[in-house]
Amino acid sequence: MEELANLFHGFAVALQPFNIMVMILGIVLGVIIGVLPGLGGANGVAILLPLTFSMPPTSAIIMLSCIYWGALFGGAITSILFNIPGEPWSVATTFDGYPMAQQGKAGEALTAAFTSSFVGALFAVVMITLVAPLVASFALKFGPAEKFAVYFLAFCSFVGLSKEPPFKTIAAMMIGFALAAVGLDSITGQLRLTFGITELLNGFDFLIAVIGLFGIGEILLTMEEGLSFRGGNAQINLRVVLQTWKEMPAYWLTSLRSCLIGCWMGITPAGATPASFMSYGIAKRVSKRGKNFGNGEIEGVVAPETAAHAAGTAALLPMLSLGVPGSPTAAVLLGGLLIWGLQPGPMLFVEQKEFVWGLIASMYLGNLAGLLVVLTCVPIFAAILRIPFSIIAPLILVLCAIGAYSVHSSTFDVVLMLVFGVLGYLFKKCGYPLAPLVLAIVLGDKAEEAFRQSLLGSQGSLAVFFSNGLVSTIMVLGLIALFWSAIQEGYGRLRTSAV
Amino acid sequence: MKRSLRVAFAAGVALAIGSIPAVAAWEPVRPVEFIVPAGTGGGADQMARTIQGIVTKHNLMKQPLVVINKSGGAGGEGFLDVKSSAGNPHKIIITLSNLFTTPLATGIPFSWKDLTPVAMLALDEFVLWVNAEKPYTSAKDYLDAVKQASGTLKMGGTGSKQEDQIITVAMEKATGAKFTYIPYKGGGEVAVQLVGNHVDSTVNNPIEAVAQWRGGKVRPLCVFDDKPMSYDEQITDGKAWKDIPTCKSQGLDIEYLMLRGIFMSPRATKDQIDYYVELFKKVRETPEWQDFMKTGAFNTSFMTGADYAKWVETEEKRHELLMKEAGFLASN
Repeated sequence: MEELANLFHGFAVALQPFNIMVMILGIVLGVIIGVLPGLGGANGVAILLPLTFSMPPTSAIIMLSCIYWGALFGGAITSILFNIPGEPWSVATTFDGYPMAQQGKAGEALTAAFTSSFVGALFAVVMITLVAPLVASFALKFGPAEKFAVYFLAFCSFVGLSKEPPFKTIAAMMIGFALAAVGLDSITGQLRLTFGITELLNGFDFLIAVIGLFGIGEILLTMEEGLSFRGGNAQINLRVVLQTWKEMPAYWLTSLRSCLIGCWMGITPAGATPASFMSYGIAKRVSKRGKNFGNGEIEGVVAPETAAHAAGTAALLPMLSLGVPGSPTAAVLLGGLLIWGLQPGPMLFVEQKEFVWGLIASMYLGNLAGLLVVLTCVPIFAAILRIPFSIIAPLILVLCAIGAYSVHSSTFDVVLMLVFGVLGYLFKKCGYPLAPLVLAIVLGDKAEEAFRQSLLGSQGSLAVFFSNGLVSTIMVLGLIALFWSAIQEGYGRLRTSAV
Repeated sequence: MKRSLRVAFAAGVALAIGSIPAVAAWEPVRPVEFIVPAGTGGGADQMARTIQGIVTKHNLMKQPLVVINKSGGAGGEGFLDVKSSAGNPHKIIITLSNLFTTPLATGIPFSWKDLTPVAMLALDEFVLWVNAEKPYTSAKDYLDAVKQASGTLKMGGTGSKQEDQIITVAMEKATGAKFTYIPYKGGGEVAVQLVGNHVDSTVNNPIEAVAQWRGGKVRPLCVFDDKPMSYDEQITDGKAWKDIPTCKSQGLDIEYLMLRGIFMSPRATKDQIDYYVELFKKVRETPEWQDFMKTGAFNTSFMTGADYAKWVETEEKRHELLMKEAGFLASN
């Protein structure tokens, strides 16, 4: 039990008064960053990184990782209140979180989101504590073919469950793929679909698309529907937290499943975004209340939030043990480690025990501190919805514009955001689902890259996707998910014909 | 104990530098944007953020230095941004080889001559790596195996038609061996793909692969430079950077070093250039910078002014030739 002794030593390090102060400061900054759409954890951490250079490395990483936790918590707030996901992995939270807020249950939705985030992160931290070395070597098994299989599974588990007509889902997804293809083709090094417009070199950034599609699109819709925010009658006292907590244990199975999905996706490292989508998709498929998902079902908030946080936390493990960041924020943290003279990699756990276990202990404490901070603020957040729409709408618009601008410091992106806003409005008016479009923009180019890398390596043979146990299993799971409804129907018919 | 000593030393240096009055006639009057034409976490980004940290810690500038990543179009986004900021002295950019390769491969309207050269900070080395589980102990062993496998052995590298692939093609030309080149997004990812045996070799920069080398997961075969690296601190298993032979001594006559240099926006005045040259001279003197150079086994050449411009010009010609031979030039 050497790990446990190390961990307690880590707690002693993290509980020094200076480190506790740094922790709370980090959480508060992180929540602010998470609330501002577009700013995001990675940018926030990058901006605040220099602040930490004068601190000892352990305090510095505690502060940065607390900013990260804060941003993870904060991302859910705007998703639920305004349908604007602050982070890619909060997109799935909007599906049920926003309808809940509209029904006056913003407090419940926020509490559920924060609590599940905490549960997911805690689960992942426990996993890191217990099985870190083992898990790290699992991540090494993931080459391009395995990565593609994971993306394939994420797409399939999402397509198979859509309530919308399949052709509308596929149409939306294909538009997403087309948008994802714009910019530099990373395999050939050639520019694609940019038509000589230099602003398009970078392709369509996911964040710009999401801020426009969801945020601006929602404002346009609300304006049309008569300038009123529904959900102003939300309960705004702390009792709502306790009431929601009473309900939560009923969803333990969803939580556990989402934790596992999240950890797995975080380590592989496919990241928090596919984790949240996949977890939402599977919960919708297997839950008893699955039919009501999308209309404000609390379980639909629990599933993606738990998985996103488990993945976000687990993503730190490959960074520490292999030096491969599992998420953009982890990449910035990695840069920080190097500046403090710490070399992430297989030797970090051996040579820098105090640092590693201090960080892991701070994950426990930082998450706990984060949960307390955001839960006490639930009434304040929920009360935002009482502000008249005519006041809040321009504010959201400004916030969206700042968010879009800050992604690449480019005014072109603000225009692009407005265009995406109109597209989002049209999609909703015509009954096309936005989620497959967004999923394709986020994961489309990554999936394409992994697919082409695999085929380069296999000299063009598709057999590479079934070349070992791991990749075949994931591919078969994907195919099952894709044809699930057909399988279920066939099974149902067999049973009725047997009776 | 060791760390507290180092902190004390750093503080001393900070005081010493801080007490020297500024001599440059021009100084930034608002925050300076430090553009990185590559993604977060890569080699250029790490260097830029280290510089930002050093500048902040030692108070080398009165205005903040803000690192901004503009990685779109293999860095084209960043270069075009600086190109279009003529006469704005509050914008500098750190470059890597994509300064040459991106305009050549994609045909975007940009050349380094559009920018104002400031200083060469260092040169980054390239090393041929294989997985430590594999039996190859010299470059010759490995290249023989590549020849025998007739094109099925995989070389992983960063980006397409950029430095890693240029070196790969140069190796093919020099030896007649054939690789399957697989492009990845970043150097760290490439290193891990090698550890996981998903590729057979890489030409990672030292800083990208050092962690895996220390962990005994990868083995360096040779360095693409005309002399061995100068760092003699032991990394793993009794070996130091110095002990890696040059590729030339192994019968593979290829040299390739990558520029880590600073440019600023067009139409900068001499005062403004001097300010940044002085700034980077101070950065180079800090212990943090020297530690960083050691970790990444950088070649610490420093150049400014006409020398630097001439060096860049020669390098551009060389890249044009290399890329033309490899068939990587944009078709238009």
